[in-house]
Amino acid sequence: MNVTVRLFARARELAGQSEVCVNVPEGLTVAELRHRLGQTCPELKSLLPHLMFAVDNEYVSEARCLGPTVEVAAFPPVSGG
Amino acid sequence: MIELTHDPIDYTQLTERVRSDQAGAVVLFLGTVREMTGSRQTLALDYDAYPEMALAQMQRLVEDIQQRWPVTGVAISHRLGHLELGDISVAAAVSSPHRAQAFEAGRFLIDELKVRVPIWKKENWADGSTEWVHPGVPSTAPAEQE
Repeated sequence: MNVTVRLFARARELAGQSEVCVNVPEGLTVAELRHRLGQTCPELKSLLPHLMFAVDNEYVSEARCLGPTVEVAAFPPVSGG
Repeated sequence: MIELTHDPIDYTQLTERVRSDQAGAVVLFLGTVREMTGSRQTLALDYDAYPEMALAQMQRLVEDIQQRWPVTGVAISHRLGHLELGDISVAAAVSSPHRAQAFEAGRFLIDELKVRVPIWKKENWADGSTEWVHPGVPSTAPAEQE
């Protein structure tokens, strides 16, 4: 299946695009998605270990299985305020 | 009341939203674009957000506060886009019957907002360089130097 990964801040700048489509097997974990995102988008390599992932507006852990989710957000640590 | 806005924040109006005759205390926090960070000079900041998630996380934060303190009102407005020195980037107001609760809840609100809510600032330094602020991430990653 295809997962759309929305990118923000430095992640978007490095990738040169606001979203990346990653082809993954269903049931993939966030940890595996992180790895595949780096393969699909090598420009993100330096930032990859720092990225946080979110599904349905909630942060998700590395062990979380993505199931039929089609949209994920990935971004570096936040700095609002 | 929770909002993201590209317009200047009317913190008087925001404060009025939490005031009531049940609240003996109102605490207002204003995050302001600062010129100096150590020896580095800022000219401006650009704020970006993941809006849907930012609003959801701000709502969650308000609910967390309502569970922990007997607050009467909570209001948050965060500005996005290009901000100049002295502009207000965030206003957070909390009211409660007594001051201790309002100070504690207000401190929790801004501290948690800064680590939970997906909003980012980009520094526009006086030397002409720009840099996204990502706490814990080296400011210039090796791949960017190549």
